[in-house]
Amino acid sequence: MNTDTKRPNWPVTLLLILGALTILFPLYLAVVTALKTPQELAASLFALPTSFRWENFTEAIRLTNFFTAFRTSALVTVTTVVLTLITNSLVAYAIARNQHKRFFRYLYYYFISALFIPFPIIMLPVVKQTSAWGMDNPYGLIFLYVVYGLAFNIFVYVGYIKSIPREVEEAALIDGATTWQTFWKIIFPLLAPMNATVGILTCLWAWNDFLLPLVIISDPEFATLPLVQYIFQGQFSTNYNLAFASYLMTLAPMVVVYLLAQRWIISGVTQGAVKG
Amino acid sequence: MSAITEDRRPSTVIASPPKRRRRSDHTYLFMALPAVILFFVFHTYPAIQGIIYSFTNFRGYGDYDFVGLRNYLQVFQDERALAAYRFTFLFAILSTVLVNFIALTIAIGLNSNIRFRNFLRGIYFLPNILSVLIVGFIFNYLFANFMPRIGEALGVAALSRNILGDPQLAWVGIIFVAVWQAAAFNIILYLAGLQTIPYDLYESADIDGAGPWQKFRNITFPMIAPFFTINMVLAMKGFLQVFDQIVALTGGGPGTSTESVSYLIYRGGFDGGQFAYQSANAVLFFIVLVVISVAQTRFLQRREIEA
Repeated sequence: MNTDTKRPNWPVTLLLILGALTILFPLYLAVVTALKTPQELAASLFALPTSFRWENFTEAIRLTNFFTAFRTSALVTVTTVVLTLITNSLVAYAIARNQHKRFFRYLYYYFISALFIPFPIIMLPVVKQTSAWGMDNPYGLIFLYVVYGLAFNIFVYVGYIKSIPREVEEAALIDGATTWQTFWKIIFPLLAPMNATVGILTCLWAWNDFLLPLVIISDPEFATLPLVQYIFQGQFSTNYNLAFASYLMTLAPMVVVYLLAQRWIISGVTQGAVKG
Repeated sequence: MSAITEDRRPSTVIASPPKRRRRSDHTYLFMALPAVILFFVFHTYPAIQGIIYSFTNFRGYGDYDFVGLRNYLQVFQDERALAAYRFTFLFAILSTVLVNFIALTIAIGLNSNIRFRNFLRGIYFLPNILSVLIVGFIFNYLFANFMPRIGEALGVAALSRNILGDPQLAWVGIIFVAVWQAAAFNIILYLAGLQTIPYDLYESADIDGAGPWQKFRNITFPMIAPFFTINMVLAMKGFLQVFDQIVALTGGGPGTSTESVSYLIYRGGFDGGQFAYQSANAVLFFIVLVVISVAQTRFLQRREIEA
């Protein structure tokens, strides 16, 4: 920053720290609530617990069948991200390199226009369709995430691929590489920054999404973590300590990922959104 | 594989691009077609089906007949649907304005010469990675238990009951949570925009004796106009489709006072046997969304050029 030579602006810093408290305070309350007994909670909402009630977590794990849901969510998220990166970038490559042809240009507009279609319009028919075809399970969910991601991801990838000079691939083609080889060996590695963006956004979407699992997944055995919290909230709405322990365990994996990769996540999300 | 490569090499080197073109054309087609077919089957086809159902009296099961435009005409006379549209618009407009105001203010703060810049940025982006549903549950608890205690302690009657239980006030709680979460994303976008502004513009403004407000009005705001457009359109589009916050905070209640259009389509379509009727509502909702997005983009882009 050009301003680094000047003295830091303390009033603004203080205001921003105060503002940050409105973000941290609810999370602080969530953590202390998850670690208290109901009696402690009744006595004081914000005080730190006198002794950490880790049993809340074990009890929540037992009641929500946490590990089953965690496995489902992890399976759905990881598989969705991997398949999305591999397939969506490939489709975008085919479209980006053929935009001089009418067919591919129309394909591009076809995918982009889907960005305007709100989910409710396809929600009712797609639920009938997936249940009729035996896709009302995590695999159907993964499938839909990968396919529905195309609309936005093609938009982001195509813009980026067009900025990669064609000479790079032509050299490979002259050396006898097939179009597939060119994509995997040359283009895909060059897409790294966009892959990061798409990967992060897809990961957040698949992990946090609630509506699609709510309507697609029919067997509670296959519920993802947000869906489990929803069912749990309905059944145990009075025991806040257990509920909060359960919420925290659902939020924790993304928070850990965020703490580890904060810089990339912020810049990745920015790149994707500014394109969009 | 290598045999084929050997064969091709001479012809490629001597330059016969048409032949090579055609071969890779098929490859490109093969790369794109499966995705197109799947996208059609799982996205476009359901959308077409939804439109077809909207002209029938289908309840989600059993037989059905075509009823023409009856569903559409009914939506316009359905007090519950109209209330959902009113609520959704009120919510989306207020949230969009608030989110953009707050996000721009915080982004300017984060872009100025402050201490702990990276740490603060990290904190302000945190809400964006959290599940909307669970954030909603946490705030639901705060509104139900924490706020009333604070209200009682301060002796403020208006605060000493759960605002989510009040049909007149529940929307305030929903906007609060939606803005709390959505601001994170807009802050980061505005920050990206602010960093594209060359610093010498401010220096020359300083020399001309411009005050902070003049600098904001004549430099900052015009320079980030494209980001303002993106943020306004994305925020509006997102808020119009509000769903998770409603589920987590009020379930559409008390009564139907906080029912959003998405939530109404979900509830009526799956639980209420109104499959066809809510399909018509969804088609109308789609038209509304497109009209608003296009109008908003046009209007804001025209402003960009003037500014």
